[in-house]
Amino acid sequence: MRAINYRPDRTWRIALAFLPFALLCLAYVIGSEIRLADNPNDKLLPSFSRMGEAIDDYALKPDSRTGDYLLLEDTKASLTRLVTGLAISTVIALVFGIVLGLLPVASATFAPVIAVLSMVPPLALLPILFIVMGLGEASKITLIVVGTSLKLIRDIALRVEDIPREQLIKAQTLGASSMQIALRVILPQTLPRLIDSVRFEIGPAWLFLIAAEAIAADAGLGYRIFLVRRYLSMDVILPYVAWITLLAFLMDLGLRVLQRKAFPWFAQARAA
Amino acid sequence: MNAIVFDKVWKEYGDHVVLEQIDLTIAPRAFVALVGPSGCGKTTFLRMLLGEEKPTRGKIMVAGQPLKPEPDSDRGVVFQRYSVFPHLTVLGNVILGREFEKAGAFGRLFGSKRKQAEDEARELLNAVGLSGNEKKYPAALSGGMQQRLALAQALMRRPKILLLDEPFGALDPGIRADIHVLMRRIWNESELTVVMVTHDLSEAFALGTRIIAFERPRNRPEELERYGAKLSADLTPGMNGAALLKGATITKDIEIWPPKVAGSASAPVRNGHSASSS
Repeated sequence: MRAINYRPDRTWRIALAFLPFALLCLAYVIGSEIRLADNPNDKLLPSFSRMGEAIDDYALKPDSRTGDYLLLEDTKASLTRLVTGLAISTVIALVFGIVLGLLPVASATFAPVIAVLSMVPPLALLPILFIVMGLGEASKITLIVVGTSLKLIRDIALRVEDIPREQLIKAQTLGASSMQIALRVILPQTLPRLIDSVRFEIGPAWLFLIAAEAIAADAGLGYRIFLVRRYLSMDVILPYVAWITLLAFLMDLGLRVLQRKAFPWFAQARAA
Repeated sequence: MNAIVFDKVWKEYGDHVVLEQIDLTIAPRAFVALVGPSGCGKTTFLRMLLGEEKPTRGKIMVAGQPLKPEPDSDRGVVFQRYSVFPHLTVLGNVILGREFEKAGAFGRLFGSKRKQAEDEARELLNAVGLSGNEKKYPAALSGGMQQRLALAQALMRRPKILLLDEPFGALDPGIRADIHVLMRRIWNESELTVVMVTHDLSEAFALGTRIIAFERPRNRPEELERYGAKLSADLTPGMNGAALLKGATITKDIEIWPPKVAGSASAPVRNGHSASSS
């Protein structure tokens, strides 16, 4: 049988999906063993049991100085910033994207300036945000909004323009006003596509969050990683990175499930 | 009063002449079928009638008034594809027209008004043979059912003119024959003037009371840009179909009210032509 025709069944599919993860873990364990055999105090590739102790310290025991559970506090601080930033971005993108995609006058006026502004590297704006807005929450959330909203606007505007012209004509022949077309034809068809766009912006949003936290914060996952970096505490950094990855993955998964449950027509129409 | 009048209409895109000197009067309740080779301007003609495109020269009058410059609820339309809204159920698609009409900026009806719209919609769905499918999304319907839905949706606003852009072109022959019966019944029973673009001559003869052929009389490469399509034939079915093939120029607008009635006299005509064209 040709290679292109061999399809793994469900069991095999799951097993194959786990294989690369297992190989990565195995490679790490071997590397760690080799280094630890050489020098039991090596900090670069700590053993899993060493990482377990660090997780125990940060996640399950209250901090001896503040009485807080550090991982919990860091997670709450980071997720609040991330979700606030992404939510603001999403609302801005939805409104401006639909207006730009639907109204030729709005598009002629704002599309060029948005195209230019979206090329500004957001991290280069971080010092400006810190100077103007101070070191508090506002500047971090603003960085996420600036970094993700412009791309989202362009994405949504393109997706609105992709809705077949026939549908706009049809709605007009049914007597719809521009507002009614926006609310009854465009908005409901844009929402599931918006979820896809937001999923792709989760990664960049984390990037901006951690960059901002690394520079100025007193709690947060990114803050913690950069704090313990001074002590070469790989046993803390590695579990934190894994935790951030897991959170990002779960957000992505959650949005995918939301899209499937809330917009049953979307998957059908896409398959048809 | 004539339903639609084209008065010396030209359509050009830049230097490219698409249609030239279209003079045409369409009587109320006519069923006009537009035929012609690809790229001859049939669809441009329909788009002008929709208000989606403006004529470069000349004017189009509907019921004595200049045509509105944008699509409106007095002209319904069914396209070959994308005619129904994928995010609304079958019932939602049909009541949408009433919601646009009766509700404000949000375009949603509630309570007794919605109930009334739903009852009307169910009646229309029953008429097009879609009852029982109210809760399905269009993607779950076959192509023929989607076009039936598109017809019901367009009829909800009771347009005076119904424009069809190759509406049945993508359907299987059997399903197409069924939907032809439906189309003839709709046209007979409601106050409709129908203009249909089709590339299927047998369909044109089966449904139309009048067939208009577009043709580019000058087809040499160097002439393509500067000369558009003209009306090359204008027939009333029942005449010998061969007149079309001879490339007759515009014949008189003979008789509008059809000699054929849905489902009876037209059947043999249709069979004769489908046999010759297939």
